Amino acid sequence: MKKNTWLNFSFQLGAVVLALLFTTAVLLMAGAPPLQAYLLIIKGTFSSIANISNVLTAWAPLLLTTSGVLITFSAGLWNIGIEGQIMAGAIFTTGALRLLQNSPMSPGWILAIGFLAGVVGGALWAALAGVLKTFGGVNEIFGGLGLNFVATAFALYLIIGPWKRPGIASTSGTLIFPNKLWLPTLPKIALSPWALGVGILVVILVYFLLRGTHFGLRLKAVGKNSKAAFLMGVPTWQYSMFAFLLCGAFAGLAGAIQVTSVYHRLTPAISSGYGFLALMIAMLINYQALWAAPVALFFAALNIGGIQLPIVLKLDSSLSGVLQGILVLFVLLVEGARQRLFKKR
Amino acid sequence: MNVELNDIHKTFGAVHANVGINMKIPAGTIQGILGENGAGKSTLMKILSGFIQPDRGEILLDGQPVSIHSPADAIRQGVGMLHQDPLDFPPMRVIENFILGRTGGLLTGQRAVLEDFKKLAGQFGFSLDPETYVDSLTVGERQQLEILRLIWLGAKVMIFDEPTTGISAQQKVNLFKALRILAKQGMTVLFVSHKLEDVEGLCDKVVVLRQGHLVGEAAPPYNTHSLVEMMFGKEVSLGERPAGCAGEVILSLNKIEVEDYRMHIAETTLEVCRGEVIGLAGMEGSGQNLFLRAVAGMLRTVGGRIVLDGHDLTGRNYHIYKQNGVAFLPAARLEEGLVSGLNLTEHVILAEETRDFFINWEKGRQLTQKRISEFNVKGTPANTVESLSGGNQQRALLALLREELRLLLLEHPTRGLDIESTIYIWSKLKERCQKGTSILFVSSDLEEILQYSDRVLVFFSGKVTPPLDAATLTTEKLGELIGGKGWPEPTNEGKPS
Repeated sequence: MKKNTWLNFSFQLGAVVLALLFTTAVLLMAGAPPLQAYLLIIKGTFSSIANISNVLTAWAPLLLTTSGVLITFSAGLWNIGIEGQIMAGAIFTTGALRLLQNSPMSPGWILAIGFLAGVVGGALWAALAGVLKTFGGVNEIFGGLGLNFVATAFALYLIIGPWKRPGIASTSGTLIFPNKLWLPTLPKIALSPWALGVGILVVILVYFLLRGTHFGLRLKAVGKNSKAAFLMGVPTWQYSMFAFLLCGAFAGLAGAIQVTSVYHRLTPAISSGYGFLALMIAMLINYQALWAAPVALFFAALNIGGIQLPIVLKLDSSLSGVLQGILVLFVLLVEGARQRLFKKR
Repeated sequence: MNVELNDIHKTFGAVHANVGINMKIPAGTIQGILGENGAGKSTLMKILSGFIQPDRGEILLDGQPVSIHSPADAIRQGVGMLHQDPLDFPPMRVIENFILGRTGGLLTGQRAVLEDFKKLAGQFGFSLDPETYVDSLTVGERQQLEILRLIWLGAKVMIFDEPTTGISAQQKVNLFKALRILAKQGMTVLFVSHKLEDVEGLCDKVVVLRQGHLVGEAAPPYNTHSLVEMMFGKEVSLGERPAGCAGEVILSLNKIEVEDYRMHIAETTLEVCRGEVIGLAGMEGSGQNLFLRAVAGMLRTVGGRIVLDGHDLTGRNYHIYKQNGVAFLPAARLEEGLVSGLNLTEHVILAEETRDFFINWEKGRQLTQKRISEFNVKGTPANTVESLSGGNQQRALLALLREELRLLLLEHPTRGLDIESTIYIWSKLKERCQKGTSILFVSSDLEEILQYSDRVLVFFSGKVTPPLDAATLTTEKLGELIGGKGWPEPTNEGKPS
């Protein structure tokens, strides 16, 4: 047993090394010094309190979206529509804040209502994908993809239309909210303990939900074999639907955090790709909730670390994305190779 | 092609599935391979057909030692295998399935292939329409397709894994005829089965496997008694047929009508007594499965009423039936009954009807351990269900049923199981009957129907006989009815006799 664990570990390590080698090759082809690029990423992550706080700020929404897709993956669903659900959450939150910002209500309450609106928005958008799947027979991948486009288009319409900044209409975003509607941060840095707290709380909740509850077990049964689950008495479509709703709620929460603690306004790219990133993380950790937090932290660090690349090395900051994608590919590849190798014997 | 196996060993973890198997099969022989489930038959055949590699030992084809890396490799070397569930692509046409698996050649050259197909089919007297879709074929017809395909690909050794399960009596006759033609043409036929009757009626030679060892060989005339002893290491006898109906009506079907896009089952009336067993006989696809699913609430009836123990359940769904003490066990155990990837404990916990939020894993494990020993499942609570053998999967399914049941509906409860498991499963079912559960089951095994039913309904293309008393029914009579002979003028009235 122990020997196996080590063997698995060395395979995983091999995948990481392969991914690094491959990325190095890509860098060399682009004519950039690989070592310097990696150093920049590392420096951009840990060299200062501000950097660390940036990483943690990116970690919070990523934890939420990863938790969300862990639930839908458990139910056997590919919730590609999560990007649109983040967007819907962000739109709803922005809407609520705009509506209430001039009311006499205390900022705390307004923020709370904004969060709630974000949750509702994300869940509603996910429910659409769910309804299309369960009642319309539309595969959730296609439905989700379509709804992503709709959500982005709608956000754009709001930004340059009804919610445009006074005088100018720019796709860069709506008017920045007044300071009182920013999620409170720690002194001197941009990190909001509230956002971080919510992210960590949700990932813990989801871990226990999937591991220790009847709900989680039934969800897994539906995901692995819905016919058998139905015969065992699990109301299958209700569970699929609920998985969508939960994932959408967490995605909406991530959208609310992006609005209230990162951008302080609605922008067309407010999801920051955290939905797709979460799908990658879930695949990378083989849907094991236990690993969600550390791997999401690593991905957040890569994202933030890459920000310096264009400034110093004139490289595109998407290098981090390349590294992330390659990492997932190699881990899946090595896992496949491992299974083949040991099955054949 | 002459096949020789020398000292084949294979272990899976702690299980020694094949222990030093030696066999020699000359070309043109039909070689029977007999053994109960888990005896190592399938492992041996998978080794020969390249699905898995032996730990030790060698395979010789026509005297030449060969190593077979994959099923595709096997067919290149002339070894083809027909699986228990035909490995074909139901949404495609017969001719497309036929062409699949051919190596080389970008263009399919349909016309030439069609000629080949028709010629081959003619040789064996198979009437398969190359243009129909495979999902409209019966299991027997899909077998025929697979046989033709393997011959066309150049198979000189053909392995048949339990080919007589799930096919009708007439199809079996045709299959055996085809196998004899194959052998006459010099094909080496390996016939894997646990059905004595089939092996005795067909094979030129038989070897018996038990717990991974080759324990004996036999040639005609066969002595059934000694074959059974070799298979089980002891003699097994079928149980006694129990007494009939207790009188109280549990389930009453009043002129129910069931239909799907292919078939309409006209008004059927039936009253099932407490603890009674009703066998539903008929060729595959004659309506018995539709009927059973309708009684489970999985298929809405289009007419009539279903009343269970005083509750009118007409038009309700399966979960309402389930709450009222009905359980349905599907024939496709891994596809519909159990969840691959989850272990036994997780299944036991899933099956518990609880409103608790948190799982008590320790309690679940203990309960699972108890069920495992109660139902004699060979496995541990941490075993995933797909790692169990067919017989153990069926035991596991039974172990998951709730204790108090009014009505148990089973599709092919013992399909693919050996005699010992069959007897065990039925002893468990009979225990339930004694506690007052009524049973309706579908089976294509006539003897099982006659052995265990109190009354029998026979289905033939959507028609249903009145309930027949199993005690006075003979295999011949039942066989005739299943084949559509000796039916009375259309009537579906039936009350308990």
